[in-house]
Amino acid sequence: MEFTIEVGRYNPEGTYADSAKPGQPYPAPWDRSPARRYQTYTVDLPEHAVVLDALIAIREYQDQTVAVRCACRSAICGSCAMWINGHAHLACKSKLAEFTKDGKTRVESPPSMPIIRDLVCDMKPFWDKHLAVRPWLENKQPIPPPNEEYRVANASMEELIQEVSCISCGACLMDCESFAVNQDFLGPQALAQAYRYAADPRDAKTEERLGEYSQSGGIWDCTHCYECVTQCPKGVAPLEQILKLRRMAVDAGFTHNPGTRHADAFAESVRESGRLNELTLMPKSIGFFNIIEQLKTLPSAFNLVRAGKLPPLIHKKIPGVNRIKAIFERVGGRFK
Amino acid sequence: MKVAFYPGCVSKGACPELYVSATLIAKNLGLELEELTQAPCTGAGVLSEQNPDLADALNGLTLAMAEAEGADLMTICSTCQGVLSSHNFHLTREKERLDRANATIADQGFRYTGTTKVKHLLWMLFEDIGIDRVASAIKRKLTGLKIAPFYGCYILRPVESLGLKERPERKGYLERLIALLGAEPVEYRGSTKCCGFPMATFNREKALAMGGNHIIEAKEKGADLLVTPCPLCHLNLDAQQPDAARVLKKEIDVPIFHLPQLLGLAFGYEPEQLRLNHHVVPTKGALEKVELKV
Repeated sequence: MEFTIEVGRYNPEGTYADSAKPGQPYPAPWDRSPARRYQTYTVDLPEHAVVLDALIAIREYQDQTVAVRCACRSAICGSCAMWINGHAHLACKSKLAEFTKDGKTRVESPPSMPIIRDLVCDMKPFWDKHLAVRPWLENKQPIPPPNEEYRVANASMEELIQEVSCISCGACLMDCESFAVNQDFLGPQALAQAYRYAADPRDAKTEERLGEYSQSGGIWDCTHCYECVTQCPKGVAPLEQILKLRRMAVDAGFTHNPGTRHADAFAESVRESGRLNELTLMPKSIGFFNIIEQLKTLPSAFNLVRAGKLPPLIHKKIPGVNRIKAIFERVGGRFK
Repeated sequence: MKVAFYPGCVSKGACPELYVSATLIAKNLGLELEELTQAPCTGAGVLSEQNPDLADALNGLTLAMAEAEGADLMTICSTCQGVLSSHNFHLTREKERLDRANATIADQGFRYTGTTKVKHLLWMLFEDIGIDRVASAIKRKLTGLKIAPFYGCYILRPVESLGLKERPERKGYLERLIALLGAEPVEYRGSTKCCGFPMATFNREKALAMGGNHIIEAKEKGADLLVTPCPLCHLNLDAQQPDAARVLKKEIDVPIFHLPQLLGLAFGYEPEQLRLNHHVVPTKGALEKVELKV
């Protein structure tokens, strides 16, 4: 079967696009990334072939200058994550026939990562984030003597199987929406690993970890878009782990951050009126004493007034709101 | 056709134009709206992440209310859709969770057995009302407009609870609808991405940059306007657009339409009836392309 592949080639002589000049705030990843050109190849492969088969066929028989990083070819090593038709996937796990769109498949280095050459991106940002969460156990003392095992309940490790399945391919980070505009965000992979160690019963530093992860760049910088859950080839579901970390951090008392204030204000509004009160959500999340940040939101409030869109100043309750209050009373926990 | 209508907080708060236009086009398409006025907010994912039991009970209550009406639950918000779909998915598959939710709402005289189907208006157009019926309601083709679809995360992800594995075509409804109305759908990366709203209150600049970048990309691909089935996306893309322009130091000026407003225009309603004159980003330029004034 004949397949057409467009390979994004990094052109070292290429210049940055206009919008990616230094000093521009928050350029989109595709504006930030160096110019690339697309080269078209045709390969003849069986119907069940994967994208990586095509790339290897191109490199071996057509153009040995195409750079591609791969090793195991069976979705274990995590080397061949790249953009296929605009999303991060493992090339060895993506069937050509499924990805062919309008007669072709486009592969390229993810624009959110620095490029080394062609399809090979620099994974440095990924490993820096991974290391920053201290992805190792800091054992509770005393540890057992060398000839014994450190025993924990089976069930407590079963909880962590999902996170342990991570192969560090970076697909989640490559497609992370928050990372695209915020290079300081620890990102889905690192935070999923952060949960893996924070929730390990053998770890002695859980509380310290939760404090660190609650800082700027941590768990509250995730935008909750589910891209990482969709892109992860191993079912790690990083977002779900970030949400677990948020719960753990709040339970451990790390509540002095805008993320927790936002959740509290949201819950209060639903408890008292059955509905979201957009008018008080923003100021309560920012914190009433953070005057500078409060002032920054004024222009947008003014825009709403001018368009005749400001929510009613007197927030209406839904009929039967007592029912909602009773539910909060019964299972609201911290939100009672 | 009778539906249990769940308008969501935002269509009754900061986006009244959505409520108005949705009820107009629903009537036009023969939907009999039984509004669930006593249903609570879904918690928009915030309550689900902090207290799953609480969110199960609140959404279980809404699902039970629709069940009592004996009709499908219709949302007009991607976020409401995502949260209700997710809780419905778990409540109908995990008996323990359903029992816990039912124990809580039993005090209020409600019980959910698990039969409610939750469907966004966008899905209903294709799956229940029928695209022929929609086509026959068109009185004014939107020829000449280039329209960029903006789905909103929670109507696309996670795929399991939204039923996208069984119905992958749901990922392309907006493009098909835009073409049906006579306009040209714009293909761009941002259509399935995040508007930034979930971080809007606590990570404002990043949230503005996120949404702004997607609009700029659509604009560069020639879009006259964006259309979204999610009022939270609308808030971040329309109401916050002047701020996003400031953060990104770029001019944007691209109007954002709610899905029912776009349908309404094609069905022959006047821009004022659809409250297209109550947007932060003026809709004038886009409307002039189809020879309408606001």
